[in-house]
Amino acid sequence: MRSRFTFLLGALVITAMPLALAQTGSLHLPGTVEAGSAFSIQSTGNGNAVLYIVGLGQVVKRKVQLGQTVSFAPGDLRSAGHYLAVLVGDSSTENGAFDVTAAHQPGALSFLAKPSRLAVDLHDGISGVVYVFDAFQNLVLATTQVSFQLSGVAGATQTRTALTHNGVAWTKMDSAAKEGSVQFVARVGDAASTRVMQLVPGNPCHLRMSARPSGQRLAVETEPVRDCNGNALPDGTIVTFTERYKGGESTVDVPLKRGVARTDMPAYGGAKISVATGVFVGNEIRWGGER
Amino acid sequence: MKRPFVIVCSLFAAIFALGSDPPAVRVEPTDSVGPRPLEKQTRTAVIRDYLQAWRGLSGAFEQNRADLLDPDFVGAAKEKLAETIREQATQGIRTRYRDSAHDLQVVFYSPEGLSIQLIDTVEYDVQILDDDKVQTTQHVRARYVAVLTPTEVRWKVRIFQAEPK
Repeated sequence: MRSRFTFLLGALVITAMPLALAQTGSLHLPGTVEAGSAFSIQSTGNGNAVLYIVGLGQVVKRKVQLGQTVSFAPGDLRSAGHYLAVLVGDSSTENGAFDVTAAHQPGALSFLAKPSRLAVDLHDGISGVVYVFDAFQNLVLATTQVSFQLSGVAGATQTRTALTHNGVAWTKMDSAAKEGSVQFVARVGDAASTRVMQLVPGNPCHLRMSARPSGQRLAVETEPVRDCNGNALPDGTIVTFTERYKGGESTVDVPLKRGVARTDMPAYGGAKISVATGVFVGNEIRWGGER
Repeated sequence: MKRPFVIVCSLFAAIFALGSDPPAVRVEPTDSVGPRPLEKQTRTAVIRDYLQAWRGLSGAFEQNRADLLDPDFVGAAKEKLAETIREQATQGIRTRYRDSAHDLQVVFYSPEGLSIQLIDTVEYDVQILDDDKVQTTQHVRARYVAVLTPTEVRWKVRIFQAEPK
């Protein structure tokens, strides 16, 4: 109820306002101005006045002489947005509005590439999002083509292009089959932004151990542990050896060192020894005969 | 001649003081917002925080206090708004922004969930005060592009820009 009353009161005042004010001048405003470019505002009438250019991105106040052209130099108005122009004279107030748009030339990219570290050979595992800005940090809302390139380790360079919508473009890329650093580049014209990502081996695909007597004990050792693309799993990856024998069980966790894990275990006749890393289970040995 | 003008301005000031009802908010249905599905809770939180940002902005510009932007804005949006507030303060200007209606549409949710973009066709009134004297009040209907990013406990506005209609 109160807001309806407020609205009606406002409408009444807005309707009455032109009658209450003498119209001694008028403003000639540009429809749109490109951020950072020069422009001018023409007023008519005579006498002194104050010109206000008011927006959320910038505020300008100038004393002006009515009837003269008010010039704005390049760089005076650099923040894109909607601006009100208000010319307050001794006996009149003139209002207008205009828009400042982002400069056409992209000046900077805000490039978010995720994740910074991921496994090899993942379909659509990498995402890139780009917001395109001009030199004044305005979002360039005009449709712009962005090119994405992923390169670095062995394998073909992947290239994608995408068009911005409301200033943003995105893509997804596959991670390469080989581990190592890759460069993910987003480019719009002369503006480019690079992110470095680390590809690490995927899940183990080959885990096989062997056992041999070592004095009173049993020496167990894996072959080099690799993922399905042949990348060696990183040193430090934990490999678990489990020995089950009559009346007991022994478990040993061993970190990979130079690609292999090795340890000693009790040598019980008829014991079963298994090996695993994470959820991946390797072969099993029955001491006294491999199975 | 000046007297009617003063009366009109006083009336507008009164309207602004009275007109503090919450804005009418309409949210467009979102079928697809790009690479990541948008959960209802996320959408609700983003819109709640965006509308709160307008309230924060309003207080900051009216009081020329850039610190009031801190809870709602971050990055380039905060820097630009803070700079405008500094310009206002330097020139003895204050502005009152009162948003009366928002027509919101979520248009993009980034694949990793770190940014979300809204288009807001917003209606608001702007009152310009110079040396505490109301110079004018204007009703504005504009289209804003806002990008919000998650912070510790809420979404904050990182990009905030009006675009030509």
